Amino acid sequence: MMAALRTPRGLATALILLVLAVLPLLTQAFDQRYLLSIGTRIVIWSIAAVSLNMILGYGGLVSFGHAMFFGIGGYAVGILSAEGVSSGWIQWPVALLAATAWAALIGALSLRTRGLYFIMITLAFAQLVYYVGSGLEAYGGDDGLNISRSRFPGLIDLRDKASFYWLCFALLCASLWFCGRYANSHFGLVLRGAKSNELRMTALGFPVFRYRLAAFTIAGALGGLSGILLANEGAYVSPAMMSWMKSGDLIVIVVLGGMGALFGPLYGTIAFFVLEEALPPLLNLAHKGWGEYWMIVFGPLLVLIALYARGGIDSLLGRRHE
Amino acid sequence: MEYLLLQVLNGVQLGLLMFLLAAGLTLTLGIMDLVNLAHGSLYMMGAYIAWTLIGVTDSFVLGTLLALPAIFLLGVAVEIVVIRKLYARDHLTQVLATFGLILFFNELVRALWGPAGKSIAVPGFLNRTIEILPGVPYPAYRFAIIVVGALVAILLAWLVARTRLGMLIRAGASNRRMIGALGVNIELLFSLVFGLGAVFAGLAGLMAAPIASVRIGMGDDILILALVIIVIGGIGSIKGAFIAAMVVGQIDIVGRAFLPDILKTFMSSSAASSAAPAISQVLVYVLMAVVLVWRPTGLFGQRT
Repeated sequence: MMAALRTPRGLATALILLVLAVLPLLTQAFDQRYLLSIGTRIVIWSIAAVSLNMILGYGGLVSFGHAMFFGIGGYAVGILSAEGVSSGWIQWPVALLAATAWAALIGALSLRTRGLYFIMITLAFAQLVYYVGSGLEAYGGDDGLNISRSRFPGLIDLRDKASFYWLCFALLCASLWFCGRYANSHFGLVLRGAKSNELRMTALGFPVFRYRLAAFTIAGALGGLSGILLANEGAYVSPAMMSWMKSGDLIVIVVLGGMGALFGPLYGTIAFFVLEEALPPLLNLAHKGWGEYWMIVFGPLLVLIALYARGGIDSLLGRRHE
Repeated sequence: MEYLLLQVLNGVQLGLLMFLLAAGLTLTLGIMDLVNLAHGSLYMMGAYIAWTLIGVTDSFVLGTLLALPAIFLLGVAVEIVVIRKLYARDHLTQVLATFGLILFFNELVRALWGPAGKSIAVPGFLNRTIEILPGVPYPAYRFAIIVVGALVAILLAWLVARTRLGMLIRAGASNRRMIGALGVNIELLFSLVFGLGAVFAGLAGLMAAPIASVRIGMGDDILILALVIIVIGGIGSIKGAFIAAMVVGQIDIVGRAFLPDILKTFMSSSAASSAAPAISQVLVYVLMAVVLVWRPTGLFGQRT
């Protein structure tokens, strides 16, 4: 434990987790409420990125539709809330079940394809969910739906920003713990083996398809959880939360942080949100008015990252011990 | 009956527009093995550049004719600066880098042309209806799109099947390294093909502009449809892209035109008219899923 703190990676990760753990106290002390809401979104997006990393990072499966699980988790909560079911004890299990079942179904269909076709079919399923969401006129259609936050009477009040943040943070820690166990288990090793050489793993007698399907389903369930949290964060769901651009953002985050690195999704999400918040003021400093067009810098930055920094932030922190 | 005919024509027109977009994509995918998400940005740039040139020249035809070489140059420039570095990389890198290009182009358009949408007026000589059958009027501009789209499709088929460039394109699609080894200037060929794809995308964008609107991100959603089309048709297959584009065009239009009436029999009319476009979109993706499950490399894709 203490030895891990002596490496740059261990130290950086410990510092990040420490700051995240006390973030509500910090934002209160400095009276920066706005930062807490960014912090909450960072934590929720990190959970989604951890789930994508499970298939993209460890499995090498480029799913270009991961934001659909934001939508499924979010809409399950939203629809139940609109129908008067406000108890989180019902909403959350239903939403998780929906995300898991959907992931299992489309995983079984998508994993029959390879490479580019897999990218496209996952994208197509995400678009399908997107258009179903925008066609649900009874639940706001394109405009989305205002919801009330899930109720857990006597346990936690999600309307309290700090408690909600800590709940999200606890779930992030649990996801990271789970992902660490997952990656180094027999299951994770088979998955990583299939990523580097599918043919060999098949020849060794491993049912690669089943392992991948299980991974896809687990990732879908965890993605659904992040959708539940995202819906509760804004008290709002809309098709925009699962547009294909969001799926693209998630891939960017996972690659930016470092694919197949346990804490990569966390670094990636923080870097992504910090860039989003910091680039406009920085550009404004260079020339007043430029800040509005920060994507002109961010886009090419992404191209450079894709071309020259595929190891992501994780690789800047030194070699990994496997 | 007339209504049905008109809707089918609208479907053909949409299908041809999407074919123009899909043709460039399927060429770059088939030959260079490149996923280009920024293809939709070229569609958008086509519309915006045409808007500016039409304003400068005060003539729809002149502006359009000048816009096409401009798009070609833009396409070649993008190829040289970014795309060329991506050929040897995996699909994930290509997706990421071209996703970055989309963000760049959307923001560039916002900086240069402002956030508000633009509109291109239908040119005077096409702003009327013609009788396609005795007693059946059809907007002349939409008919012109069908004519131009069909001509370009024929031109492309001729180019690929009958010319030397087409021969190289087909050879490149089946074995890239081999034609390089045979002494073909691959860099030049790739730049040309990418520029050609850009022209088709830009042409589709500027032709769609008078019936849709010219706005930021106009290419993003239609890009996904074009990707769906080439995946259904089979990557690298022009024929497959054409057939899939026609089918998708019909599903989209027929869904919009006839689904509301069918839905109204069991739901309120306002709900029916808003659910119908969504359902026709969903049908397109269901079609793709069915095709891929049935044939994992598309209708006319190469079996591996």
